[in-house]
Amino acid sequence: MNKEKVKIRNLDLFYGDFQALTKVNMVIPEREITAFIGPSGCGKSTFLKTLNRMNDLVEGCRITGEVLLDGEDIYKGTDVNLLRKRVGMVFQRPNPFPMSIYDNIAYGPRTHGIHSKVKLDEIVERSLRNAAIWDEVKDRLKKSALSISGGQQQRVCIARALAVEPEVLLMDEPTSALDPISTAKIEDLVLELKEDYTIIIVTHNMQQAARVSDNTAFFLLGEVVEFGDTESLFSIPKDKRTEDYITGRFG
Amino acid sequence: MSGKMSSIMLRALVYAATAITLGVLFFLIGYILVKGVPYLTPSLFALKYTSDNVSMFPAIINTIVMTTLSLLIAVPFGIFTAIYLVEYAKRGNKLVEAIRLTTETLAGIPSIVYGLFGMLFFVTYLGLGYSLIAGSATLSIMILPLVMRTSEEALRAVPDSYREASFGIGAGRLRTVGKIVLPSAVPGILAGVILAIGRIVGETAALIYTAGTVARIPETVFSSTRTLSVHMYLLSSEGFNTDQAYATAVVLLAIVLLINTLSAAIAKKVTKA
Repeated sequence: MNKEKVKIRNLDLFYGDFQALTKVNMVIPEREITAFIGPSGCGKSTFLKTLNRMNDLVEGCRITGEVLLDGEDIYKGTDVNLLRKRVGMVFQRPNPFPMSIYDNIAYGPRTHGIHSKVKLDEIVERSLRNAAIWDEVKDRLKKSALSISGGQQQRVCIARALAVEPEVLLMDEPTSALDPISTAKIEDLVLELKEDYTIIIVTHNMQQAARVSDNTAFFLLGEVVEFGDTESLFSIPKDKRTEDYITGRFG
Repeated sequence: MSGKMSSIMLRALVYAATAITLGVLFFLIGYILVKGVPYLTPSLFALKYTSDNVSMFPAIINTIVMTTLSLLIAVPFGIFTAIYLVEYAKRGNKLVEAIRLTTETLAGIPSIVYGLFGMLFFVTYLGLGYSLIAGSATLSIMILPLVMRTSEEALRAVPDSYREASFGIGAGRLRTVGKIVLPSAVPGILAGVILAIGRIVGETAALIYTAGTVARIPETVFSSTRTLSVHMYLLSSEGFNTDQAYATAVVLLAIVLLINTLSAAIAKKVTKA
């Protein structure tokens, strides 16, 4: 196991009076892929959003416990914009901005103070290459990002997230709105990206978790039932509920 | 009644309603054109209004200036309030409720009441006199709820996924609103501004009390002015120049049409970019 990147200690999360997460403890290693699986409404996406404080945007959301990024509590005195630069996010549905592909990618670097044309050109190309979409869009960088296919849009969104050079990449069911071919491309990409990034991916698709991830956490009703390396979790689950879920008895 | 029968009846009703709506519109436009176009003489566009030649040219200029001034006051307030309501205020906030109640009330007040208020407050109390500035201040209060509500709806219509993406990349709220949300909302906001222009151009009651009726090109914002609608109202109520009133109506129609086409084109261009 690599060095620990994110550590979660006794995390509880409430929406108003409803407790959505209960006593979550987890250590996420650097430069590995960690997958969260579980049935709908089990809290896996909610948990993902606590890792870059996107849940701050939800009214009535309250958390207790600690989330440590490189040993520092992200809920204590951290600049949330800098945190989100370090912990990037890719969403369930491709959500490019209604502007050109180039401007989509350059939005992040510009936000963080890079305005030199040469530098931006370089970042845009590198990000698109890293997201395995450069060859498909290099001739139409000035075209609207909404004019390309959903699978391409999602890779542009990944490139957009990479453009600010994050350390951790959160992916919230990034392939659930895509066809099988686009899904395969994104999965290959994720496997390549783990060379440089710590990747945390929420997925509905157990085969996907088994294919790409190094570690898997199984969530149920806001609790982590089981967390461990993917191979053993899928072959010899320790908990009866994990076994029932991965063998398709519910969910 | 059989299903088929009622379907035919409904279809007939829908067609009849469409025909009547279009018919009324075309009749109205046609009537005004027939009555007005023959009197559209070059002298009606003379620089100066005299009692012998009731030129509408000063009124055209006044209308443009009045509209611009009113928009300059109302639009920034309207948009910023809308941004506060949609992007910054927490749900169930007492202030939001208060703002909403206020704007709904303001939107329902007849324009002549605005005129009366404008006369008492701007004209008399602030001592601005019958003037361009008193008129446009009054009109901007009148159109503020309209601009605000349409801007609010336009901002709400921007998908949350844009905001999420922007926040997710580490952009703050100000940047997210300025670079992502507002540009996406521009067509909707423009639609509200167009409606507002329509109300300004068509307003008479509120202006007679606040901007007065002087038919001259204004020298300063403290000059008294009459807009095209007021001009038309005065011509027809004086009774000597009814034909010229129709001619004015033709110009008014043309201006409204022009504004609509122009703003539609702008909206299209903005959305494309």
